[in-house]
Amino acid sequence: MNILVCISKVPDTTSKIAFTDNNTKFDTTNVQFIVNPSDEWYALVRALELKETLGGNVTIITVGPTEDDAIIRKALAIGADDAVRINAHPQDSYYVAAQIAEYAKTKNFDLILTGKETIDYNNAEVGGMIAELMGWEYITPANKLDVNGRIARVESEVGGETRVLECEMPLVISAAKGMADQRIPNMRGIMAARTKPIHVVEPAPIDSQVAITHFEMPPAKAGVKLIDPENMDELVRLLHNEAKVI
Amino acid sequence: MSVLVFVEASNGKIKKAGFEGVVYGKLSGSPVTAVVCGEADAAEVASLGEYGANHVLHVKKNYDAGALVDVMAAAADKTGASLIVFPFDNTGKAIAPRLSARLKAGLVSGALGVPTTTEGAFKVKKNVFSGKAIAEVEIKTDKKIVAFSPNSVGLQKSEGTASIEEFSPTVKESKIKLVETKKLEGDVPLPEAELVVSAGRGLKGPENWGMIEELAKVIGAATACSRPVADAHWRPHHEHVGQTGVAIRPNLYIAIGISGAIQHLAGVNQSKVIVVVNNDPEAPFFKAADYGVVGDAFQVVPRMIEAFKKFKASQH
Repeated sequence: MNILVCISKVPDTTSKIAFTDNNTKFDTTNVQFIVNPSDEWYALVRALELKETLGGNVTIITVGPTEDDAIIRKALAIGADDAVRINAHPQDSYYVAAQIAEYAKTKNFDLILTGKETIDYNNAEVGGMIAELMGWEYITPANKLDVNGRIARVESEVGGETRVLECEMPLVISAAKGMADQRIPNMRGIMAARTKPIHVVEPAPIDSQVAITHFEMPPAKAGVKLIDPENMDELVRLLHNEAKVI
Repeated sequence: MSVLVFVEASNGKIKKAGFEGVVYGKLSGSPVTAVVCGEADAAEVASLGEYGANHVLHVKKNYDAGALVDVMAAAADKTGASLIVFPFDNTGKAIAPRLSARLKAGLVSGALGVPTTTEGAFKVKKNVFSGKAIAEVEIKTDKKIVAFSPNSVGLQKSEGTASIEEFSPTVKESKIKLVETKKLEGDVPLPEAELVVSAGRGLKGPENWGMIEELAKVIGAATACSRPVADAHWRPHHEHVGQTGVAIRPNLYIAIGISGAIQHLAGVNQSKVIVVVNNDPEAPFFKAADYGVVGDAFQVVPRMIEAFKKFKASQH
């Protein structure tokens, strides 16, 4: 079984968020980049588990410049077999999805996995766009994934219920909590990753559809109001009269 | 600018995000056509007029997300809408990106307010970096799709009636089969809950969750937990809120015995009001809180339950 796992480079959660060029660009100074958590913990690890039981190949793909090879090596160290880097700046979700679809159309993948959302731009868009461009079915969020023959069985938690879904492959799935547990790469994996191939592919001519024109910081919180732990009536009164949430 | 709004319905009722979507649509342009998808009572459908719908297309069949992409594409074609509005919830996330790729209509997901158009540039603000910043995004395509964050414009009612038409477009048969539906534990589904009571490792063990569930029950809240609690299997993983779990934005988030790691805050910092109970006055969560109680959860929570009960009784 051949699985393509889409990964995205994102700033580590603890990074200081700041902007340059008159608040039009994200300031990458001193920012440590990581593989987007749901791409890594859920999509990639589940893909590897499936490969380990069913055989096959796990390829990772990202759209980004040469610097992104660092996070690609991390994903290879966790256990992916090979990697594809579309050599372009990821302009918007559509641009990224269209580049990945262009590549995937030339190969025979059974499954394309993405994380449910990236922690930088919080769009949750790329998976659905790839599915549409491939003409494949799409399931999000996927909290469990099993494969039996040509059938993928997915559990999807939506609106207070779990839907158990079955679909013949190929399809696109966006992975969320529950699908797998985080894997820490071991020394053997890290050594092996150094020699695994990263195929660099030049981008197809695609026009982006949206563009960020400006960043700003959210309004600051007024500060915490401390309440006497003996006096919970006061808390209830404030929630009712002041905050008006109950 | 003609606006089309996706409105989800089930078991006769329209979802709150559907009403809010119509309000969002009305604030963004006109005329507003609401596409009601699923079973909804006639009175519910008619009430969309009071929120700003001029016209309703009612799709009475229960379709899955893939078929709803076909429905929305057909509705966009029929109405010639230039703006299509979805809620940024699990259903919206399954439909809007596909529709965007199909119609070549630029999409902004997680919009915080209504769009502005100045000198021909259509712009809308959205959360980025898990709520640590806001980005203004321009949609460059002729047709546009916006998925708004629930509770970003709220519900506003006024006078108005909508004309209603049954709509049965042709949809492609889905290859996805629904095998079974299992109800998740808890009375209130977490992602849509207005009030959420959440607890963390400070509770010391799963046997101590009784008071959390009772507090949630008294105020009609959903229960949630931090990542370590879900990872330790003290609580089911669908209750995990935070960066790698569910991101929520309720009106009230009560966090009990949660220190407030940055990964947790990323999933809850959009809550309107945050109450933090922790025995450590240095817990980082207090910095993100509106109201704080420094004290032992095992003493504070039972008092809180009594206070809420007293308040509820006085409301009747």
